[in-house]
Amino acid sequence: MVEFLQFTLSGIVFGMIYAAIALSLVLIWRGTRLLNFAQGGMAMFTTYVAIEVIYKTHSYWAGFVVALLAGLVLGAACELTVIRPTVGKPQLNAVIVTIGLLIFLEGLAGILFGGQFRSFPAAFSIIGLRVGGTPIGVSRFDVFVVVAVLVTTLVLAVAFRYTAAGLRMRAAAFNATIARLSGIRVARVLTVGWALAGLLGALAGVLVSPSTFLYPNSMDAIFVYGFTAAVIGGLDSPVGAVVGGLILGVVLSYAGGYVGGSVGSDLTSLVALGILVAVLMLRPEGLFGGARMRRV
Amino acid sequence: MNRSKRHLWQATAIATVAALGVAACSSSSSSSSSASSSSSSNAALTASAPGITPTTITIGSHQPLTGPAAPGYDEIAPASTAYFDYVNANGGIYGRKIIYKYLNDAYDPTTTASVVRQLVLQDNVYSIFNGLGTPTHLAVVSFLNSEKVPDVFVASGCECWNAPSTYPETFGWQLDYVSEGKILGQYVAQHFKGEKVAYFYQDDEFGMDGVKGLNYEIPASQVVSKQSYVDTNVNIAPQVAALRASGAKVVVAFSIPAFTALLKLDSLKLGFNPTLVVSDVGSDPITLSGLLESFAKQAGATVNGNQLTNGIITDGYLPSVGDTSNSWVALFTKVHNQYDAKEPLDGNFLYGMSVAYTFVQAMLKAGRNPTRADLTNAIQGGLPQGPMVAPFAYSSSNHLGVTGAYIGTIQNGVLVQQGSVLTTDTSATGPVTTFTGTEEQAPASGIPSP
Amino acid sequence: MRTLPRRLAVAIIVAAIVVFLSIKLNAFRDYQIAEIAVDVTAVAGLTVLTGLSGQISLGNGAFMAIGAYVTALLLLHLSWPFYAVLVVAAAATAVAGAAVGVAAARLRGPYLAGATLMLGVALPAIAYAWPATFGGDQGLNVVFTTPAFLGANFPLTRWQAWVSVAVALVTLILLANLQHSRIGRNWRAVRDDEVAAALDGINVAAARIRAFVVSATSAGLAGALLAIITGLVAPGAFTITLSIALLTAAVIGGLGSLAGALWGSLVIVLVPTYVTDVATSHGLSSSVGSNIPVAAYGVLLILVMLVFPQGIQGGLQRLFSLFAGPDQKPRTWRTAPTPHITPSADQAPASQHEKEGTS
Repeated sequence: MVEFLQFTLSGIVFGMIYAAIALSLVLIWRGTRLLNFAQGGMAMFTTYVAIEVIYKTHSYWAGFVVALLAGLVLGAACELTVIRPTVGKPQLNAVIVTIGLLIFLEGLAGILFGGQFRSFPAAFSIIGLRVGGTPIGVSRFDVFVVVAVLVTTLVLAVAFRYTAAGLRMRAAAFNATIARLSGIRVARVLTVGWALAGLLGALAGVLVSPSTFLYPNSMDAIFVYGFTAAVIGGLDSPVGAVVGGLILGVVLSYAGGYVGGSVGSDLTSLVALGILVAVLMLRPEGLFGGARMRRV
Repeated sequence: MNRSKRHLWQATAIATVAALGVAACSSSSSSSSSASSSSSSNAALTASAPGITPTTITIGSHQPLTGPAAPGYDEIAPASTAYFDYVNANGGIYGRKIIYKYLNDAYDPTTTASVVRQLVLQDNVYSIFNGLGTPTHLAVVSFLNSEKVPDVFVASGCECWNAPSTYPETFGWQLDYVSEGKILGQYVAQHFKGEKVAYFYQDDEFGMDGVKGLNYEIPASQVVSKQSYVDTNVNIAPQVAALRASGAKVVVAFSIPAFTALLKLDSLKLGFNPTLVVSDVGSDPITLSGLLESFAKQAGATVNGNQLTNGIITDGYLPSVGDTSNSWVALFTKVHNQYDAKEPLDGNFLYGMSVAYTFVQAMLKAGRNPTRADLTNAIQGGLPQGPMVAPFAYSSSNHLGVTGAYIGTIQNGVLVQQGSVLTTDTSATGPVTTFTGTEEQAPASGIPSP
Repeated sequence: MRTLPRRLAVAIIVAAIVVFLSIKLNAFRDYQIAEIAVDVTAVAGLTVLTGLSGQISLGNGAFMAIGAYVTALLLLHLSWPFYAVLVVAAAATAVAGAAVGVAAARLRGPYLAGATLMLGVALPAIAYAWPATFGGDQGLNVVFTTPAFLGANFPLTRWQAWVSVAVALVTLILLANLQHSRIGRNWRAVRDDEVAAALDGINVAAARIRAFVVSATSAGLAGALLAIITGLVAPGAFTITLSIALLTAAVIGGLGSLAGALWGSLVIVLVPTYVTDVATSHGLSSSVGSNIPVAAYGVLLILVMLVFPQGIQGGLQRLFSLFAGPDQKPRTWRTAPTPHITPSADQAPASQHEKEGTS
């Protein structure tokens, strides 16, 4: 029973990291109908910026804030420089451009910061919390991870729904031509969307790097699972991103824990594939993607 | 951009690429044949083999310089280069300078196959030196042996390099994982009699060979749990939970440094505090402290990552970096400061320097105008220990490298030797014995004598 | 290429050029010719799948792995001749392709991308799960030698180049035939407008599955070739990086174009080595020097995509039409027009509204 709790809780924590990446992918998908393969790379880069700030100022929170700001800037910069020219061109071109961007960022990080493992601090204690003397498998930092992602999601959801800026973004995503006709600066809206996605990615990077250590390829695996979570939940749905992340994190945790040490760890990706196939068989556009009528 | 401007860019781009393509694809010469070697000590230097000219010796390697396997391992080749630079500046090998050309394979066997063919077929290297990685090197070992290219001092502890009949050109160097498992296993069996022991190992040949060695020495009844991990999945919380649930007092870890650190961190989270016995591969104190330093404060330690590594038991077949009184450490520190000062002076660095030293010893023994066969014969005739704490196994029937190591504990970020050096072999019944010979001292000039 | 005789003629000319080059150039260049042929075989199948039938796949590396492992196992346990092994590897991968095609039949756009991405990541893990059969991390050795009739001194790399190029040319001819057949026309119809194609009587699901089978078979043949030229089949060779490289090659070369498969393969094989040579010759420190080629490659991908939105083949065709004059009809259908893989923001609103507004 204790193990079940431990697996569930640690699964939720990883699930929230996947959810953060999934959310950033959903943001970009909704706004620009693009798959941003560089999301993990951007998160890694902003985390490097954060670690440099932390070294210089000895303040974790300074680094945390700078990472988020750097995420905003990097997201906007990428959209303006390399993504904007791909609008109106074949969709896959933008995918290849983001792949090129990912490779470039990984190389640049290696050049600027070196290829060594870097230790990234956790915001709070990593000693496991106990309930009645038994460790339950999460620490104060893990609780912070969950809370941070949830709060950011809620803030974004509220901003989308209740602010004028959010309305503009939803309008531009719904139909760019009509939005333009209504006077919305669609191009600027797209840039803001990428900036926010960059911020979410930066948050994910800072939250997960204590567990993965920081090196140029550290976010690659996290990106794959984040993308899977977004697909499971439906790429049009922020709620889906969070739900998809949680499902993926928890089920993978059970698979690793209950199927046994050797077999479980090998089959993590196979289990993820299984979940994905199961969900997509039933709902080809993800859990919250909305059914599309195809029959003729 | 508008159409005509883009057409101009396209035309320019195509023309540039075409020109570059023609320039790059010019055919190069095929490999030259070797001349006979000369044995008199004052003979003129000749081009006695592919890769050897009167003034240079060119050797090649494949290393993971980028990609997920790069952190840590990408320090080794620059360290070897630093030692070769030192030797080149002090007379070289019989007056020849060593040119070390190592190419990046990003730990992908397909890329390894390609870069090694480039080194052998196009760059005509004399020998492949210190090729890194088991799956990567397995992709090229048949090719190198069929081309009769010396394949010396492979950077992997797999037993598979010890195959003198099928792979006569291939030689190991570092302590193989089975022998290491036996040495650590004997220590655990002797010092933790009757205690519950668990294994935590990487799910590849490194971890599995280590477990094989451990099982030869630790009674099966003592082992209560065996948990493996893959290096692509950092969430090892389930494995650590299983280790804790098993009640093990000792955890023997055949893990790379990142996962040793994660094991420590996840154990803290679960309030699990066993004695950690870690393979040399994953226990470099400087690397571990670096990985753990950010967490030391939150883990209740007062100062730095060293606190979290205190008490880790491991083994070592090279001198400890922290043992400043050791003559080898002094020599390599001097070379480090002169030739590669930007890189950290840690276990990987010491490894790179030491294997380069062994190579220089082998080349000196191969003679003034060596053929490729001269190098392999020189190694098979046996090599002096150099910086290793135990002898090499090299003979015509054994191509494995060093045969033993000492047990040590990490204290304040430094590996401290406990007891004597132990030697063994890879067989199930071969005993683990105390090494009674003496370790060598570094030569005053820093260069081995011929 | 409009007709079969013309295609065969071109293939024979190309084969003759390759034989000539393989003798003139050194052994390493022969190996690179073989590597390029392997990639052309795989990328050609992928460009047909993605460019002609409009289904994105990020998992063709997994099909290459299947072809490679089948080859290794057959050569190891049964010692069959290579042509027989090739046929079985192709058949096995075709079956796998059909299975994936069936599972993916209802998936579109990014959902298909995500599913195939996870396939590409997960399939090699099977090698770790059953190490006794598949060799685990160390993989399986493959022994491939020159046949006796060529004599003892025939360089192995040249033979490998000949075999690989032969398989690549056969694959290209078959794919070109498909491209110009009714099957190919059905694929393009399904890609451009599924509903109209279904109304026209085309079995959309069958066409899509057929495309997956063809693409997987090409990848399986490429995997078999990879096994014999490298000599080792291990999971480390079939990571997601491979699948992404294949897609990159297909798009950069010119999506939907078989010639584009060649350009793209040249890029992914030759550019990294060239850039590495340039970087190492400047003697930079290790982490800087080894990462510069990585960063440069990324920049190159971005630039090529921005300067040549139709891929290299598209760019060459425009160049040709520039010189040939405006009265030459541009054959734009061969490089895929904007495939409706992901509907743009203008054309398809968010899916909630799709529910309300469709017929």
